[in-house]
Amino acid sequence: MTEILGLSPAQTVGPYLAIGLLRDLITPNVVDPGDPRALRLRGTLLDGAGEPVPDGMVEIWQANAAGRYAHPADTRAELDLEDGFLGFGRSGTAPGGRFEFVTVKPGPVPWPGGGMQAPHIEVGVFARGLLKHAVTRVYFPDEVEANAADPVLSRLDEAARSTLVAVAEDGGLRFDIRLQGPGHTTFFAV
Amino acid sequence: MRVEQHPFAEVVDADRYGVDPPYDHHDYVGTRLRAPKEPLVIIPSTLTELTGPAYGESAIDPLDHDLTRQHAGEPLGERIIVGGRVLGQDGKPLRGQLVEIWQANAAGRYLHAVDTHDAPLDPNFSGAGRCLTDDDGWYRFTTVKPGSYPWKNHHNAWRPNHIHFSLFGRAFTERLVTQMYFPGDPLFPYDPIFNAIRDEEARERLISRFDLELTQPEWALGFRWDIVLGGREATPLEEPHHD
Repeated sequence: MTEILGLSPAQTVGPYLAIGLLRDLITPNVVDPGDPRALRLRGTLLDGAGEPVPDGMVEIWQANAAGRYAHPADTRAELDLEDGFLGFGRSGTAPGGRFEFVTVKPGPVPWPGGGMQAPHIEVGVFARGLLKHAVTRVYFPDEVEANAADPVLSRLDEAARSTLVAVAEDGGLRFDIRLQGPGHTTFFAV
Repeated sequence: MRVEQHPFAEVVDADRYGVDPPYDHHDYVGTRLRAPKEPLVIIPSTLTELTGPAYGESAIDPLDHDLTRQHAGEPLGERIIVGGRVLGQDGKPLRGQLVEIWQANAAGRYLHAVDTHDAPLDPNFSGAGRCLTDDDGWYRFTTVKPGSYPWKNHHNAWRPNHIHFSLFGRAFTERLVTQMYFPGDPLFPYDPIFNAIRDEEARERLISRFDLELTQPEWALGFRWDIVLGGREATPLEEPHHD
């Protein structure tokens, strides 16, 4: 007899998440801001009325520049994984709903069953009013060919796809997240 | 049985088959302008989703798990121990899991600029803790029992006593932020956040239980709360057949 345990359900992160989650351990810097490859990824978290969400949190998870994840499930030892690279960052959205990360552009990663995915960063969005976090992805505007061939992007319609591609701005990238309403971000069930 | 999902089908909620609350829950006013309204796009788990962050012992201070010893004096309130195991759905312990918690003080006040509830702050209580699970999946915190507090969602709205928990699991698909409640709370029937979880059994899995084994004589009551992590694809639609 195999017993399958029931999952623990999600609850909202609430308005006071900063107390527990925006501390010293996990920061918006996926790489050191002095890293010559450093890329600024910034954006605004917006609600259905177009108003900024100032009490939320955004998390990002990604492979390194070679496309390798700092995780034992990524067994591709032929790809370099530099010491100290984890690939995870966390930013609050105060003030003005704004979040900002310092990271590197990840390399392409495999698609199950063959082929590659375009470079992307996985994103988790947390806020008061979100009973469970929302998941989306950031793709890169300079990867036109890879994006066109990407197995996720290529099956979305143009409007949905366009919400996932960041915009080049001020030497970095801007990725606004709209929780609902016109131009809402495409969210995934993962 | 395993659930088979056609990739790129659309679902209204990533609710892991009724375990999670839906985004759109009208009674919780905060959802109205923030809940995603459009169907979610299901994507198969790729290496991006099957990986996720992990932190080692060096990230944690040994005192991070004791919220009563972070200041010069002890916080006011009822000292409690909260502990349990972090498990996969197969019942196996998840080792080395970072557990992050935060909570109100015993008077029901958070140490946060946005909290304007007319209840005293405690100079000896910040309300944040973290630890890593041990080889048997155990986590354990010493803290004070958080007070309930009003929150303006509707007339005379009060949150049940709760502690916020955040865990990563083994992969991005297992990321969980939730709240742990205390047994017998009279506010449960009135709380739209707790009741947003439609399945009664799932809801009750967020309620800790008093545990005499965890209770330390002459020191603190113990509350036991186990946490089960898993992703959408690992969740069976039906109870498995028992041989």
